Amino acid sequence: MMQFLAPDGTFGVPKEYAQYGELVDALTIEDLTKFYRDMARIRRFDIEAIALQRQGQLGLWVPAIGQEGAQIGSGYGVGPNDHIFPSYREHGVAITHGVELMSILKMMRGVNHGGWNPEETRFHLYAIVLGSQVLHAVGYAMGVKFDGLVGTGDKDKDLAVISYFGDGATAEGDVSESLLFAAINDSPIVFFVQNNQWAISAPVEKQTKVPLYRRGEGFGVSGMRVDGNDVLACYAATKFHMDQARAGHGPYLIEALTYRVGAHTTSDDPTKYRSEEEVEYWKARDPIIRFEKFLRRQGVADDFFEEVKHAGDELAAQIRAETFALPTPPLENIFHNVYSDEHPDIERQKAWLQAYEQQMGGHE
Amino acid sequence: MSSYKDMAIAKALNAGLQKAMQDDEKVLVFGEDVAELGGVFRVTEGLHKEFGEKRVFNSPIAESGIVGTAIGLAMRGYRPVAEIQFDGFVFPAFNQITSQLAKLTYRSEGFMQMPVVIRIPYGGGIGAVEHHSESPEAYFAHTAGLRIISPSNPNDAYWMIQQAIQSPDPVIVFEPKRRYWQKGPVNLDVAPMPMHSARLLREGNQVTLLAYGPMVTTALQAAEIGAEEGVSIEVIDLRSLAPVDYPTIFASVQKTGRLVVAAEAPTNVSISSEIAARVAEHNFYHLEAPVLRVGGFDTPYPPSKLEEAYLPDADRILEAVDRIMAY
Ligand SMILES: Cc1ncc(C[n+]2csc(CCOP(=O)(O)OP(=O)(O)O)c2C)c(N)n1
Ligand SMILES: [Mg+2]
Repeated sequence: MMQFLAPDGTFGVPKEYAQYGELVDALTIEDLTKFYRDMARIRRFDIEAIALQRQGQLGLWVPAIGQEGAQIGSGYGVGPNDHIFPSYREHGVAITHGVELMSILKMMRGVNHGGWNPEETRFHLYAIVLGSQVLHAVGYAMGVKFDGLVGTGDKDKDLAVISYFGDGATAEGDVSESLLFAAINDSPIVFFVQNNQWAISAPVEKQTKVPLYRRGEGFGVSGMRVDGNDVLACYAATKFHMDQARAGHGPYLIEALTYRVGAHTTSDDPTKYRSEEEVEYWKARDPIIRFEKFLRRQGVADDFFEEVKHAGDELAAQIRAETFALPTPPLENIFHNVYSDEHPDIERQKAWLQAYEQQMGGHE
Repeated sequence: MSSYKDMAIAKALNAGLQKAMQDDEKVLVFGEDVAELGGVFRVTEGLHKEFGEKRVFNSPIAESGIVGTAIGLAMRGYRPVAEIQFDGFVFPAFNQITSQLAKLTYRSEGFMQMPVVIRIPYGGGIGAVEHHSESPEAYFAHTAGLRIISPSNPNDAYWMIQQAIQSPDPVIVFEPKRRYWQKGPVNLDVAPMPMHSARLLREGNQVTLLAYGPMVTTALQAAEIGAEEGVSIEVIDLRSLAPVDYPTIFASVQKTGRLVVAAEAPTNVSISSEIAARVAEHNFYHLEAPVLRVGGFDTPYPPSKLEEAYLPDADRILEAVDRIMAY
């Protein structure tokens, strides 16, 4: 497993990972503090979202607490033209690509099913049906290659694709098919598996007999394991292999070993299936605390951490206010965009509902 | 004397599964999160503890795998009860259900039986995110070889799950998710009626109102309000979606002359559509009005903030009752 940052915050690059280490060496202190800022930001966001759900402001929340290192690290390893196909827990990756946090909250509130423009953010819609997005990512990568945008050497043009999915999702046939399609087509794609040890109540041992980083081997996709709670290792692994994919070296699989510290979602009760000791073990390996220790060693001072904390509180207050202010979507949204243009059944039903609501004295 | 116990629908299904597992050691329960957790709706709670890992187990997260291996286990003499976690996640298993499970008895000219039960919590109204509120029953009812039922109350839940497990053919049990916590008496000794019978729930003589699964409660509310407003509504709980108990429906329609069918599913090419067609075909001279369908709109299931407007409620049913009475 590639690890640069030990849980106590000490940094070292093992010899066999020297080429990855170089990518970390190239990071400036601004890059490093940006990583920290975003990890802390998404953690604070998560905590606030859980509170909002408890207060009935969101239908559901899907916490990513504990996975910030894997998400912020890999998110920043993705290049400016690259496309990202997430699962449903990638709030951290989202903020590295300018997706508005309110877009995610809107979806979890039940205002819409996504609604952002993936071509603009290059961060595609969340995928709730496990594994489905991975095939889309491969198809997209196939198209990129058909378009001749791989390995031209022009860094403004070349692009690659990354798809995120969980340990549980690896069991879906769609994921195996994705690996095969990517291998056969030599597609510019990185498969990023966040192995957070659990798929709701099922431990990772229920989904695989071989380590997940080796899952692609039989299909012709090599892989590596990184410490998912080490933001620098996740950054380096992703950047290295996205660069490779963009340069035309084909698909690759990264398994980030991390932990879902929170519940699966706010509907879940993890005490039913896992021990407190296990959670404590992982909390001691927290990606943010570890990185803070590292940054302090680098001479980053108290006032930076104070400022980040303060910014987090402001963010929390802001998303809280904005969530409360979200309007109920208009009823006609039920009918919009089912098809790209007018459809007789849809128009008839929309008109019917409008007349009905009027007759009933309006909605609410 | 029968003994009764008050239970919620989820608990009644659980008790029915437990009974079936005690009665027949070939009954297996598997799916996602069904073991220690007892399923996300706790329908399999306690079964793993009572029957052990060999009979109650978590499968990898692969719906095609779940149903495909259930078929193999059935070939080997087991009676698998597979859980699909939510309605919207059955589709990776579509090939295994519609092209394999449904057809093996036919293809083997009866040498093979497929006593596989697939449980699917379905329907909306729980404020869930996408893919957790759908009503996909029509896709399956369209496929010959599958039996499809949907209990609406705890007593039926307790008995119908057992009847499904005893069936030599595949049975899909659509469980009314938003009514899982609705309580009612369960007769622990005597089955109410065969699995494929419809039940007359409330007598009336002006309109027949047919519903199934989660809409049965709504239909009864509508009938109650209708009665206050002076319309006599007869309510039938369909219970079985494939096959449909037409004699019970026809008898009622021949009495009332009017039929409204209510379901959550989009009405286009639905169970409701098929019933409307059959009722018209066989009861033409008894009908005072065309059969009316009340259902979800022909759109994807909307985001939860809009589901109240999407799902038929008692008022929407009564609007159709008003229209049908106006003929
Ligand atoms: C096709 C499909 N089947 C089942 C589900 C229900 N489900 C949602 S999340 C989940 C567990 C996924 O675990 P994993 O892939 O490890 O991701 P994590 O939630 O741990 O991030 C399950 C079974 C689903 N969303 N899609
Ligand atoms: Mg997981």
